Order: sequence, then structure tokens, then C-alpha cells
Amino acid sequence: MENNTMNRTRIRTIIFKVFVYSFLVGFAIFVLIPFYWMVLTSFKSFEQVRTEVPPSLFIGFKDLRLIENYASAWTAAPYWEYMLRTVTVAAISTVGTIFTTIFAAFAFARLNFKGRDLLFLALISTMMIPGEMFVITNYITVSNLGWYTPLGQTQFEAMLALTMPFMTSVFYLFFLRQAFKQIPDELYLAAKVDGTSDWKYLWKIMVPIASPTIITIIILNAMGTWSAYIWPKLVAAEYPLVTNGLREAYQDFFGMVNYSQQMAAALIVTLPLLIVFLFLKKYIMRGVSRSGIKG
Amino acid sequence: MLEKQSNLKALFYLAPAMVLLSVFTFYPLFNAFFLAFLKDYEFLLRSARGFTILGNFKNVITDPDFGIAMKNTSIITFISVPISVIVALLISVALNSVKKLQGAFQTIFFLPYVTNAIAIGMAFAFIFHADYGLLNTILGWFGINPINWVGLNASWSNAMFALLVYTVWGGLAFKIMVFLSGLQSIDKQYYDAARVDATPRRRVLTRITIPLLSPMIFYITVTSFIGAFKAYRTIIGMFGETLRPPGTLSKDSLITIVGLVYDALAHADATGKMSEAAAASIILFSITMIFTLIQMQISKRRVHF
Repeated sequence: MENNTMNRTRIRTIIFKVFVYSFLVGFAIFVLIPFYWMVLTSFKSFEQVRTEVPPSLFIGFKDLRLIENYASAWTAAPYWEYMLRTVTVAAISTVGTIFTTIFAAFAFARLNFKGRDLLFLALISTMMIPGEMFVITNYITVSNLGWYTPLGQTQFEAMLALTMPFMTSVFYLFFLRQAFKQIPDELYLAAKVDGTSDWKYLWKIMVPIASPTIITIIILNAMGTWSAYIWPKLVAAEYPLVTNGLREAYQDFFGMVNYSQQMAAALIVTLPLLIVFLFLKKYIMRGVSRSGIKG
Repeated sequence: MLEKQSNLKALFYLAPAMVLLSVFTFYPLFNAFFLAFLKDYEFLLRSARGFTILGNFKNVITDPDFGIAMKNTSIITFISVPISVIVALLISVALNSVKKLQGAFQTIFFLPYVTNAIAIGMAFAFIFHADYGLLNTILGWFGINPINWVGLNASWSNAMFALLVYTVWGGLAFKIMVFLSGLQSIDKQYYDAARVDATPRRRVLTRITIPLLSPMIFYITVTSFIGAFKAYRTIIGMFGETLRPPGTLSKDSLITIVGLVYDALAHADATGKMSEAAAASIILFSITMIFTLIQMQISKRRVHF
């Protein structure tokens, strides 16, 4: 009798487990499908994509085109140039953001000054405002500064237009202030007793302790530049970043679109993000869960 | 435990960020309101003919595109967000209940968050391709004839369906992460008590897990409403700059409110267009503000229980 009920609960648990895992596997497949479709298509030849209706969901070894589409996608647009520019923009804006937010976060977390709480409240309120509201005036500002004109711009002016508005960030400032705030006051007081200056304390103690947060900021900021589309298109149309190059070089003109080439290009742009994610998952997830809690 | 006020020192540390924020954040905020009330603003000449209180807002609202954008934005928001919240909740509860492969699943479910909206949009457009797409291939197994989702002259509802699938796909990752961290912070005592009482799993879900997670569910829903209201890049990814399937008319466009802002900005050289962009952005701001206020009101009451 007792044995029987135990067996029944065990069977129930197994059925439940099977159900849960099938559910998870089902949605995992749903999440992976676009990546699979991208990779699969990028390995098919132009003819295979164009002639197979319906398309095959797998690819035979002899039909595999491992390099062809990537090579043609790479040469269809000056990708090296786009990538180099994107990396440069990301590097400049990330370095700028790191320094400005470290300084400001230090002031908000450690120093006592007039109007501190009010100023901080004003700053975090701007996080509620949709970015489009800033973009309009920033577009005017950038053209007033002469970085972008209807007559064109130099590469240097384009770089200024692409980086200057992104040399700081209220969200990262907020994020870093939280990290600085968690450092115990006793440490600061001990340093004061030893005669350590604020400047030295910031760089020797606070920055090293908060370095995981700083790494998170670096990664998120660089990934943001990699996926930037709207602002570069507005102010640096002649100097596209990778994402702009991707959309424009392979536009559909209802003619013969080379889908395998298009998907190869999409993968070239996606792959660096995936690699960064897989290696630095810990830091990225920390940033995301924080932004979820921030309220 | 802070020392005495050090205004001068603070100024030194704050200056770099504050100068940049003044130019690129605070000033634009006020200037958006200023621009929205200028009459016949000529961007090239930087001149206007006085002020108008509602003229630019009227131009935005009476444009046929505005109705279309409101319809599209509302549909994207109020259909994709509830679906992705419910699916994300189920996935996180399932994920939280398993031990084996939890890390692998977590990595997979998080992938959409780090990818490029434009590149994935292109992949989705190809999944929905009438002849070469994956979806029609699968539908074909069940004897369903190919459907023109996003191709030449595709209908608005088909294109919207494809966009919603992509939007749900893109919205899952963040929600799963937040729900999962919420689930992991629920006190184990509740579940131990339920086990002692031999409470069925479904009751544990509806009586313990969901009520304890409710502030987070609510928070995620409202912030996702705000995020979805700003949809734009997903549409560019799938349909390109025209924001609609090739060959269709502008009444079938998938333009959103953000699309209106950038459309006006793209024609900034024409009389009054810059002001219309500003007016449209203020309308967007007002709508997202309503969501924020609702959230603040309710979470004030609900966050502690």
C-alpha cells in the first residue's frame, strides 16, 4: 500500500520533470531559431537558396559553402573600415564615459556638498525621458558646432559627432555610485587618518574595489556602440558604423537579393557580440539584473 | 559619516560629467519644449515666425500617419508585452525548478539580449519569407499554403504578426533574468512549509510564487510597456527604412510614434518639421510619463507586504 503511493509520486515527479524540460527545450529552440537560420543560410550557395522551395532545414556536407558568402559579404561593403571606425568610436566614448562617471560617482558617493541630493534626483529623473527628446536638439547642436553640415563633414568631425554626446551617462553614473556606496565608510576614515588624499583614495581603493562594475560598464557601453544605428545615420551618414553598413549594403530592392550573403553579413555583425557575451557573461548579467532592480 | 562640506572639491569631480550632461541632456530637454512652440521654424535659417501654442501638436496629430502610428504602437505594446511577460514568467519558474542544465538554458535564453536588433530583424524577415522562409516550410508540413508575411504587397496584419513574434522573442531575455533573480531571492521557508502541507505544485505557483513575485511582475510589465512604446529599431531591422513591406501603401505602414519623430527629423529642412519632431517627442514623453506615474502610485502601495 505505502509502496504503491510512493511509486505513484515518483511517476508523477518524472512526468512533471519531462514536462518542464520539454517546455524549456521548446522555448530554447524558439530562441535559437533565428541564429540557426542565419548560420544555415549563410552556408548555402546563392543558387541553393534561390532554387529550393521549400528550403532544406539542414545542409549536406557537399553543399556546404563555408567561406564563399562570408568573403563576398565582406567585400560587398568596406567592412574593415566600418569595424575600425566602430571600435574607435566605442573606445573613445567608453574611456570618456568611464572617467566622467568615476569622478561624478565619487562626488555623489563620498563627498558632501551643497544640493547633492537634489542634483542627484534631477539626474536620475532624466532616465525616465525617452531618448528621442534629446536626439532632436543634439542633432541641432552637432550641426551648430559644425561637426555635421549639409555640405558634408570630415572624418574627424564625424568622430566628434559620434562620440561627444556619449562621453558620459546618467545610468552608468547611477550604477557606479551604488557600487561606491557599498564600500564601508571605515575604510575611508582609516585612509584619512593615514593622510591619504581623496584623489589617491579614489584611484587606489575605490576604483579597484568597484572594478567589476567598471568592467560591466565598459562591456555594455562598447556593445551599445556596436549596435548603434539611429544616431550615426543622422549625423555621420557618410561614415557609417557596422550596423548602418549592414542594413544599407544589403537592402532589399525587390530585385535578386543574395540572402546567403545578407545572412553572412548579419552573422559577421552578431558574432562579436555573442563571443563577448559568452566570455564575459558574469559581468553582463550583473549589469542587467542591477538595471532591473533600479526602479 | 561624511566629513564637512567640500563644495569646491565636489565641483572639480563633477565638472566633466555635468558639462557634458548640460549640453547633451539638460539643455535638449528644455529646448524640445521651446522648439515645439515655435511657429514655422526654418532649421536651415535657424529662424521662426513667433510662437504657436498648439500649432505643431495639431500638425502632428492631424497627420494621417499619427493615427497609424498610435494604432501600431498600441498593438505592439499591449499584445507583445503581456505575452512576453507570461511566457518569461513560465520559463523562469520552470528554469528555477530544474537543476541539471540550468546554466545552459539560462545562457540560451539570455542570448537575444546581447544581439543586434537590426541583424536579427533581417534574420526574422528571412524566416518569414514567403518562398524561402522557415515558417512557411513548417506550415507546409501541415498542408498550409505559403503565406505572404513580409514580402511584396504583404497585408498589414501579416506583417504585424511577424513583427510581434520578433518583438516577443526580443523581449524575453531581460524579463527572464529579472524574474529568475526574483525567484531565487524568495525565502525557501515558504516552499518548505508548502512541502510539509503537501501543497500541490499549481497551488504553490498561484499562492506563493506569483504573489511574492507580484511587485516585480508589475514593475517589469510597466517598464516593458514604456520600452515597447519606443519600438523602432525592430521595425527597421525587419522592413528597412520604409517601415513597411515593399509595394504597400503608407496606410499599411508599421510606423510607430518614435518613427514619427525620426520621419519629421529626416525632413528637418522643411518648414516647421523640426518643431513637429519636437512635438511628437513630447507626445511620446507624455504617454511614457503616464505609465511611470501609474507605476509609482501603485508600487508605493504594493511594494511592501
